[in-house]
Amino acid sequence: MPTSSTNPIISLSHVDAGYPGAVILEDVSLDVQRGEIFILLGGSGCGKSTIMKHMIGLNPVLSGKLLVDGIEWSRKTRAKLCRRIGVMYQSGALFGSMTLLQNVMLPLEEFTKMSRADRVKRAEELLAQVDLADAVEKMPSEISGGMKKRAAIARAMALDPSVIFLDEPSAGLDPITSSALDDLILKLRKEKGMTFVVVTHELPSIFKIADRAAMFDKARRGMIALGDPRVLRDTSTDPFVKSFFNRGPSCA
Amino acid sequence: MKCLESIGRSCAESWSSFFEWCAYLGETVCEGFGMVLHPNRFRFGDAALAFDRAGPGGLPITLLIGLLLGLILAFESAASLRMFGVEVYVADLIAIGLFRELGPLVTGIILAGRSGSAFAAEIGTMKVDEELDALSTMGLPPVRFLVLPRVFAAMLAMPFLTICGELAGLLGGAVVLHLMGIPASVYWKHVTETSTIFMIVFGLAKSMLFGVLVGLIGCISGMRTKNTADGVGVAATSAVVGGIVAIAVADGILAVICFVFNV
Repeated sequence: MPTSSTNPIISLSHVDAGYPGAVILEDVSLDVQRGEIFILLGGSGCGKSTIMKHMIGLNPVLSGKLLVDGIEWSRKTRAKLCRRIGVMYQSGALFGSMTLLQNVMLPLEEFTKMSRADRVKRAEELLAQVDLADAVEKMPSEISGGMKKRAAIARAMALDPSVIFLDEPSAGLDPITSSALDDLILKLRKEKGMTFVVVTHELPSIFKIADRAAMFDKARRGMIALGDPRVLRDTSTDPFVKSFFNRGPSCA
Repeated sequence: MKCLESIGRSCAESWSSFFEWCAYLGETVCEGFGMVLHPNRFRFGDAALAFDRAGPGGLPITLLIGLLLGLILAFESAASLRMFGVEVYVADLIAIGLFRELGPLVTGIILAGRSGSAFAAEIGTMKVDEELDALSTMGLPPVRFLVLPRVFAAMLAMPFLTICGELAGLLGGAVVLHLMGIPASVYWKHVTETSTIFMIVFGLAKSMLFGVLVGLIGCISGMRTKNTADGVGVAATSAVVGGIVAIAVADGILAVICFVFNV
């Protein structure tokens, strides 16, 4: 559960999101609290992944202020901030030429002074936490999509980041695997108090794991709702929000 | 109007593409200097793997092309030189031609076609699969991680392949002259007398330069891959075309420099 409302882990203030010459979202302001599972949701192409790319420092914001752990992304702060975030991409983005163990060991190898034995031990622990203890020596091409995503989460956790970003964790997964991944996110939050920012539009997943959600609309080029998704579903009068939440079964 | 619009658009794209190339090149050079200052950060394992694929992996085709090149050079030149009764000088022609010019040039073209395209396809696929983004968000510069080991591997693979291709070419020439009745001992005597250490070292240095060009162009083409259905294919094609053009241009410049300085 969120621990504080005065010291957000991520803070966006009047941010215009997009790419040079193409504004996708305008004037977005929101805070993500520590220990929270925060969902960025909306229809395809609404800009939720673009906002996430700004948050993880891949693209600079077009205007406004974006702080991660109180620090703004810049060339000087990049190295420091990269160690405070972990990212799981939609495809997993595991390095195909490395085993799962090597994938998880990579950040440890580059950023810590741990001995090789310690790195192996730590990577094995992380893989065990995501139920991949038996697959440490497997190559990414030898495992399923769900396993790839779990391994990517283990890699994202390697440096004990303050916040983990998950881009469409349910994409391409069957409902059972997707639900297991949601359980894993809840377990990690409970055990480690981690903050998660999740980009998704899967309703069952949203109602199962989210503390709060921000909804974006492509047509209005902005954030149209912010709050507990169950409350938004039940009380929002916005036609887009209502139609988004009422398009399918909920798990609340 | 549509024609003008299309010309303007392609000019603007070329201009931004040029800047993108310069940015990657600059980043590679900076990271390269960084590696010289902190060699322990260099990924020797990745470089060894890339060398294994580009060097020993490319040996069979290099030997085959080298052998055929020697055979063709010998046949074509022997026909003319025989008219003057000096076909033994075919050995000199082959040695000079291979060591100074054709060895590095042809091997460079083979490397561009085989490894330059592979570099572009590998890195391009990684980009499409968001692996480059994953590296960036882990704070690992993709240039240091992916480009430098491959460029280093190509730089080392080229002299290795060049010398092997040249030896195969000399062997091809020997076979042809042997069939024409010139003893092998005479052939090798001419080859060793004509070939100077400078000529061989110059050829190998040139081949290292070609290796760097092929590696750089292959890797940067991969880094610039667009996230479209034909993105990786386009990157691989531009790596091969760019590599061959760069080799030809660099070879031309070196030929002019050699001529001016009478080397």
